[in-house]
Amino acid sequence: MVVYPLLWVVMSALKTDSEVIREPLSLFPSSLQWDNFARAWTAGIDSFFLNTLLVLVGSVFLTMLLGSMAAYALARYEFPGNRLIYWMFLSGLTLPIYLAAVPLFKGVYNTGVVLPLLGPNKHVMLILVYVAWSLSFTVFFMHSFFRTLPTAIAEAGLVDGASHTRLFFSVMLPMAKPGLISIGIFNVLGQWNQWYLPTLLMQSVAGEPKNQVIAQGLIELSVNQGYKSDWSGLFAGVTMAMLPVLIVYIVFQRQVQSGLTAGVGK
Amino acid sequence: MRHGVARFVTGFLALPVALYLFYVVWPFVQAAGYSLTDWGGYSDRQQFVGLDNYVRLLSDELIRKAFWHNVFFLVTVPLFTIALALFLAFLLNVGGREDRAGIRGVFGSGLYKVIFFFPQVLSLVVIAVMWQQIYRTDGQGLINGLLIKIGLVDADNPIAFTNDPEPFLGVPAVLWWLLLIAVWSGAGFYMVLFSAAMQSIPKDVYEAAILDGAGRFHTFFRITLPLLRDTVSVAWVYLGFIALDMFALVYVMTPSQGGPNHASEIFASVINFNAFQKGQFGYACAIAVALAIFTILLAALQLRITRRERIEY
Repeated sequence: MVVYPLLWVVMSALKTDSEVIREPLSLFPSSLQWDNFARAWTAGIDSFFLNTLLVLVGSVFLTMLLGSMAAYALARYEFPGNRLIYWMFLSGLTLPIYLAAVPLFKGVYNTGVVLPLLGPNKHVMLILVYVAWSLSFTVFFMHSFFRTLPTAIAEAGLVDGASHTRLFFSVMLPMAKPGLISIGIFNVLGQWNQWYLPTLLMQSVAGEPKNQVIAQGLIELSVNQGYKSDWSGLFAGVTMAMLPVLIVYIVFQRQVQSGLTAGVGK
Repeated sequence: MRHGVARFVTGFLALPVALYLFYVVWPFVQAAGYSLTDWGGYSDRQQFVGLDNYVRLLSDELIRKAFWHNVFFLVTVPLFTIALALFLAFLLNVGGREDRAGIRGVFGSGLYKVIFFFPQVLSLVVIAVMWQQIYRTDGQGLINGLLIKIGLVDADNPIAFTNDPEPFLGVPAVLWWLLLIAVWSGAGFYMVLFSAAMQSIPKDVYEAAILDGAGRFHTFFRITLPLLRDTVSVAWVYLGFIALDMFALVYVMTPSQGGPNHASEIFASVINFNAFQKGQFGYACAIAVALAIFTILLAALQLRITRRERIEY
C-alpha cells in the first residue's frame, strides 16, 4: 500500500517514455534508462538541489545556534520579561502561516529595496525567514531540554571562573547533544520539504536567475514536463527529490521516530 | 556578577528575538491591521473600513462553501487516519497472536514500521506530484490503468479524480480523492505513535484476556482501545491542525487551485484566491484572521473535550 506507489515512481523513472505510456503499470522496465536522471538533472534539478543545499546549510546551522541560545537564556536565567518572550515564541506554533503571507511578502519586498541581499529571490533572505519560522519549535524543545540538565555542573564551571558564554558553548551545548541532533534532523527534514515560504518569497523578476528550491521547482517541473510529455524525466526528478530525505531518514530512523513521537506525546 | 548576567542574556536573546519579531510577529500584527482596510495589495491607497470586511465575510458564498469543506476534512481526516493507524498498529503489535513467546506482532513488523513511516518524511509536494501521476485521468495513471486492465472502469470514461466536482455522499468527489492522499501520508506516522503506546501496555493484561477466551476483536475494543485513549486524543488534536492545513494538496492537485469550479475551496485557498487573483488583500487578511480565531477556538475546544484523567498501569 505504501511501497507500491513509491516503487512505481522509482521504476517509472527508469523506463523509456513509450514504456511509461504503453505499459504504465508494469514495475519492471525492459532496460534501465539511467539517462532519464541525467535529463531531469539538467532540466533544473541541479540548480534546485544547489539552492536548497545552500539555504539548508545556513538555515539549519543558524536555527540550531540561535534557537538553543534563546532557549538556554530562557530556561536557565530569571529576568523580567522571561515568560513574555517564551510565550511569544510559543504562540508561533498555533498561528496559521497564511495569515502572515501578505505582510511577510511586503516586508521582504520593502527590505529588498534598501538591502538587496534581503529582498525577494535571495538566499540570505530565505535563510533568515526559515530561521525565524523554525524558532518557535526549536526554542520550545530545547527549552525543555536545557531544563533537565543538572545545575551542579554549570555552577562548578562558574566557580572555576568560566564566563556565561563560555559555559554555554563548552559545557552546556555538548551536554545537550542528543536534543540538538533530534531537533536538527527535524529541522533538516522540515526545511528541505518547505514549500509555501519559497513559493511566496522566491519569485524572480524577469531577467533574474531563478533561485528555486527543490519542492518549489518540482511543481514547475511537473507542469513543464507534462507539456513536453517527458514523463520518465518527471519521475526521475521526483525520485531524486525523495532520495536525500529517505537516506537521512533511514540512517537516523530511530531518532526521527522517537523525536517526532516525543513531539506529539509531549 | 549581576551585570554580567544581564549582558549575557541580552546578547543571547537579541538576535533570535529580533529575527522572530521581524519575520513572524510583525507580519501577524500587520495582517490584523490590514483586515480593517480595503487595501488592494498593489497600490498604496488604503482606507480604513472598520469591520466591513468581516461583515462581508459572513455572507460570502465562497467562504461558506470553504467552511463546510474545512469541516469535512476536520471530521474525516482524523477519523480515517486514526482508524487505519490503529488497525495497522494492532496488527503489528498484537495481531500475531499468542504462541510460546507470548503476545507479538505479525512477522516482520519492525520493517513495516520503517516503511510505513516513509510518507511522513517526504515533502507534501513530492507526495502531491506523485499522486498527480497516480490520479492521471487518461488510463496511464496507476489507478485508472489498473482498473481498466481488470475491466472495472471503461477505458473511454476513466475516473476523473480531482477534476470531478460531482457530489459523492453529499461532498464533491474531488474532496474524497484529496482525503485519500491525506490519510495515506499520515497513517504511518500515527501507526508508529500508537505502536509505541501499545508496547507500553503490560503483557499480562493481554495474557489475562486470552486466558479468559477473548478473541482479537474483543481484545482490541475492550483492552487496547480504552488504554490508548490518551494517545488517540492527542493524535486527534494534531490531525485536526493537519486537516485545516490541506492547502498544499488543494494548491497542487486541483485545477485552478480550488477547482473545478470552486468545488474544493478551503479557507487557505480562498485567502490565496482573494489576495493574489482578485487583488483584495484587506479582505484576504480578514479571512485569515477569521481562520486564526477558528483554529484557536477549535484547539481550545479539542483540548477541553479530550482532557480526561490519566490511566496508570
